[in-house]
Amino acid sequence: MSETILSVRNLVTEFDTDEGRVRAVDDVSFDVKAGHTLGIVGESGCGKSVTALSIMRLLPQPIGQIVGGQILLQGEDLRQLSIEKMQKIRGARIGMVFQEPMTALNPVHTIGRQLTEVLLLHKPISKNQALREAVAMLDKVGIPAPDIRMGEYPHQLSGGMRQRVVIAMALACQPSLLIADEPTTALDVTIQAQILELIKELQNDMGMAVMLITHDLGVIAETCSSVVVMYAGKVAEKGSVYDVFDHPTHPYTRGLLESIPRLDSVPKSHLSIIPGMVPGLLDLPAGCRFENRCRFRKDSCTRAVPSIETVNSGHEVSCFEWRDLKENASVNGNPGTGGDSATFKMSAVA
Amino acid sequence: MSVIPLTNSSVSPLLQVRDLKMHFPVKEGIFMRTGKYNKAVDGVSFDIMPGETLGLVGESGCGKSTLGRCIARLYQPTSGAVVFNGTDISRLGRKPLMPFRRDIQMIFQDPMESLNSRHTVGEILEEPFIVQNIGDKAFRRQRVKELLEVVGLPARSVTRYPFEFSGGQRQRIGIARSIALNPKLIICDEPVSALDVSIQSQILNLLIDLQKEFNLSYLFIAHDLAVVKHISDRIAIMYLGKIVESGDGESIYRTARHPYTQSLISAIPVPDPHHKSQRQVLVGDVPSPINPPSGCAFHTRCPKVMAMCRSAAPVLSTDRQPVSCHLYNT
Repeated sequence: MSETILSVRNLVTEFDTDEGRVRAVDDVSFDVKAGHTLGIVGESGCGKSVTALSIMRLLPQPIGQIVGGQILLQGEDLRQLSIEKMQKIRGARIGMVFQEPMTALNPVHTIGRQLTEVLLLHKPISKNQALREAVAMLDKVGIPAPDIRMGEYPHQLSGGMRQRVVIAMALACQPSLLIADEPTTALDVTIQAQILELIKELQNDMGMAVMLITHDLGVIAETCSSVVVMYAGKVAEKGSVYDVFDHPTHPYTRGLLESIPRLDSVPKSHLSIIPGMVPGLLDLPAGCRFENRCRFRKDSCTRAVPSIETVNSGHEVSCFEWRDLKENASVNGNPGTGGDSATFKMSAVA
Repeated sequence: MSVIPLTNSSVSPLLQVRDLKMHFPVKEGIFMRTGKYNKAVDGVSFDIMPGETLGLVGESGCGKSTLGRCIARLYQPTSGAVVFNGTDISRLGRKPLMPFRRDIQMIFQDPMESLNSRHTVGEILEEPFIVQNIGDKAFRRQRVKELLEVVGLPARSVTRYPFEFSGGQRQRIGIARSIALNPKLIICDEPVSALDVSIQSQILNLLIDLQKEFNLSYLFIAHDLAVVKHISDRIAIMYLGKIVESGDGESIYRTARHPYTQSLISAIPVPDPHHKSQRQVLVGDVPSPINPPSGCAFHTRCPKVMAMCRSAAPVLSTDRQPVSCHLYNT
């Protein structure tokens, strides 16, 4: 049984805007275990990045505030820590990788200086030791000729190489948790494959927990062991990737899985769609947040907010109607991999 | 519509691109001398039939957008021919080009940047008619209303500004503008890349419907092979300014021949946790088109590289699924 590294309990984060107070993250809970990868998936504005910023206590100040819940890193509530203590945790026990590597790196400092800065800040080592460790780290993330790269500036590297440097910085102090927010979205598919492979290898090596935020269901299926599907600030569904992809239970998850074009779908056929769009956080529906786009809506959905219910151990969903929907899941459920019905059946048994 | 073999003489191609090249001069040094050229598009040929979609796939910097812009004549190509409906438009000046501008339209990736934020939607959609001097005010107003209806936007959008719309709706405005003058060919440059998954499928469905209704041809440029395969009849894969493989979507996906196409397909994450990918992870980055590798441009990353690949450049074969690779040159 691996240790739970991060446990987020009933997190609520709010922002003050000109038009009023909005709740960007509403009652979100999940765990990330050592050696495992948790994916958080959702569309723009669903609150996935705000969740990450809340965990690191990097919300824009003073407008963003955590107003409820707990963020337990190896049992310690990060919400209670002073700013100084939090600074000691960021970079040392939590590593961070963001979407755009060029904005995560300082353009006027060399790679070497930025890497050794992390090490010197968090470890009681000399400058020479830090330099040696930095070169070793660059080598570990697959950067050729690391000692030469140490003296170069971010603009001299390609996008994929820059993201490797950011990963080296994030992992320089062997954190127990890596938070990666859309780490491959700005990269080409072949480079994305390299970076995802690298994160996997380093995870096997160092045993850290990874929290991966993305909008790409393909990336989730390939790299994560469990997944949280978020919609308009709330958890719609969560469970192991097998639970969620084989038996999507929330109408939103099902809609998402059905609407992506697949390599084996019939060309020029109509894709199934989720009609309408995500509601603005300022005018959320009174009931279920997905109610206005849901094809299974009942009157009750517009009146009350559904709570999280357990489908089976570890698989949870926030929908009033999930039991009824499960019945016709075989008709509308995960279309699976077209001509490959054998594997699909096997997975249903497993 | 399935694949139309090039030998079918009853239907002539709408667009024929022949050996198209676009070389951008690179200014260097304190005197800004042109020393080198960025060979963004370097000898590309293909046909598009009426009502057909050709998908163009490749990584950033492979020249796919430049190619689209050459065909729309936003750029003047360095050499080669762009034959549209029998006329080579690659060298035409502004005036003679005007009627062709009606027939060839573009949809851009970022609808916020491609719509004038100071104009109302009504003004944006009326502009093509004003530029081409078509109809009076009443006619234009009527057409704008029809266009909004075709792309699924409410009629009251006319007086609104682009910022009042969501990303998906803005892309609908961009699409409405592109079909305003009843074009024959639309260059779609990454039209759904900036959109969320649930909105992306709405826009793809719209494009498929419009094609059927108005018998449009598309050149669909994107980096997402799954999206391209869904909407295209044929697909061409580009690498460093050249087409390395082309064929109908199904064959490209099932029996990819070029090692680059194979790795591109294997790199796509499949949204199925049971899928065990036989991934060929390509090493390294795309080389610079200013200083491309000798021989086959892909040899620096190719998992099946042979000695001859470093020296001799392969040529595109002429069979049903043309491929540019020494492995098939027997």
